[in-house]
Amino acid sequence: MRIRFDRDARRHWTDLAVSVAALACVVLALIPLGSILFEATSRGLRAWGPDFFLKNQPAPCSPQISVTCESGGIANALQGTLVLIALSSLLAIPFGILAGIYLSEYGNNRIGGAVRFFTDVMTGIPSIVVGIFVYGLLILTARDIVFSTIAGTVALATIMVPIVARTSEEALRLVPGSIREAALALGIPKHRVTSRVVLSSARSGLVTGALLGVARVGGETAPLLFTAFGNPFGFQGLDHPADALTLRIYYYGISAFQNWQDLAWGSALLLVLLMLGISVASRLALRNRFGGRSVA
Amino acid sequence: MGLPNGTARSAGRRTSRALGDTLFHIGSGTAAVGLLALLALISVILVLWAEASILAFGPEFLWRNLWDPRTEIFGALPFVYGTLVTSALALLFGVPISLGIAIFLSELSPTWLRVPLTFVVELLAAVPSVVYGLWAIFVLVPVMRRDVEPAIQGLLGWLPLFQGTPIGVDKFTAGVILAVMIIPTISAVSREAFLAVPQSQREAALSLGATRWETTRTAVLTYARSGIFGAVILGLGRAVGETMAVTMTIGNRNVITTSLFDQGQTIASWIANNFSEAGPLEQSALIELGLVLLALTLLINVLAHLLVRRVFRVAEGRP
Repeated sequence: MRIRFDRDARRHWTDLAVSVAALACVVLALIPLGSILFEATSRGLRAWGPDFFLKNQPAPCSPQISVTCESGGIANALQGTLVLIALSSLLAIPFGILAGIYLSEYGNNRIGGAVRFFTDVMTGIPSIVVGIFVYGLLILTARDIVFSTIAGTVALATIMVPIVARTSEEALRLVPGSIREAALALGIPKHRVTSRVVLSSARSGLVTGALLGVARVGGETAPLLFTAFGNPFGFQGLDHPADALTLRIYYYGISAFQNWQDLAWGSALLLVLLMLGISVASRLALRNRFGGRSVA
Repeated sequence: MGLPNGTARSAGRRTSRALGDTLFHIGSGTAAVGLLALLALISVILVLWAEASILAFGPEFLWRNLWDPRTEIFGALPFVYGTLVTSALALLFGVPISLGIAIFLSELSPTWLRVPLTFVVELLAAVPSVVYGLWAIFVLVPVMRRDVEPAIQGLLGWLPLFQGTPIGVDKFTAGVILAVMIIPTISAVSREAFLAVPQSQREAALSLGATRWETTRTAVLTYARSGIFGAVILGLGRAVGETMAVTMTIGNRNVITTSLFDQGQTIASWIANNFSEAGPLEQSALIELGLVLLALTLLINVLAHLLVRRVFRVAEGRP
């Protein structure tokens, strides 16, 4: 009997220890997130002000060395990021939704299976590889715009399309078959049923899928290094280099100048707020649509 | 008068309907197949640009430990090594924590805490990689240099892995930041694999008198193991291809050293650092590095998706 008792006690304590360890894992993983939010807020807010949003890149300067520092901001980067996101969305979202329609409405065959599988695989391609792909493509076809807004747009759209395609497919699949059948029974042709009935039933799912795509590419740096390239003067046209918040965070972050480092943290705060906002909004909506299963 | 006219009109409508359906089918199918074409195009362009380097160096490129722009002899070994070491570290730190999170969220957490906590862990994935890098430069690196690395040296300083003066900007820190970045991927996918385990499995174990941990270990973890494996491989894929956060923490030195407290370089970070200033042959060699990275991540992701897919197919009762 005593042996039995000891073993049960040990099992009980093991159970408790594992529970505590699992909880500790959760807490441990949340420390970086908390620290990033805290540091970005406390360091970033110092840089925020009217100049931060309205002025372009300042000359590098450290207060310890020079007496007066020119004030500046990240207007060029913010502008570039907005242009790049808007243009790549324009390219990738219709393409992605169209592919999603095929996968969900016509894709229960071998082609659909292959596309679905390789689209999943494509979301795992490192973003820097997409950057050199677009660089190589444009050197071959359009040498003049290798470093340009267009190049950055193509790179971001390449990353975005598979994400939008898969999330759209998931959203469209959630539309009950009975709705399609009801519409078809009224004699409406299939393309009308899809474009009018199915798409509009899945509207909120499609929007959140597109937002997930935007959230992913808005935070991308690596594919822009050799495509959009960076531009301290703001947007100068589609065939000129474009700037991005992420590029500024990188270049300012690894620089040795106080005012640039401050701008890096200010930009990081702005970007994190933007990305977390989009992510929170889209995931909340997705949760309702997908009943708790996230789209991996 | 009315009858033939009406028939003609309805026949016309039927043709236009069939035409509309066909166009729609073909249009959306083109977009879908376009995705496959895009993947093919990426591979073709990279092969095209890497050709000069492939022809010049052959397979030896992969294991040559030299990158010399003056003599124009290039080899990938230091970067492959750096990628392997940092990814291995990321898995070493990231996998146990991710599994702990997944177990807590799917098996142990009180119901009211489950949804918000899952949500917050997923937010880790929403932080851009360059922001992780910035945070690492200003916050993580000083902590590693001052506290963590000296402490590890105090305990295990006799190991060849922990030699040299801790500087914080090294392979070890890069591994840590990668671990943080792959945690949301691994924990989310393995949590889904756990959720796909039928409730009857748990009930059977519980009815035999198993504690919650014993239930999790025997009924859940065993049942979901290929899903867990898929999740880990997905995380590995993310770690291998990650660029910015690594570039900002690894120190960017083109050397192979045993000590984790030395600087290093990964395939991705080397491309990011050198691509803009490279000469023609060096650029081709860098693109060949990109090709190696692409092949590696494609392989990893194919494997991961096959594994993950199998789990959910079983769970949803599909063959």
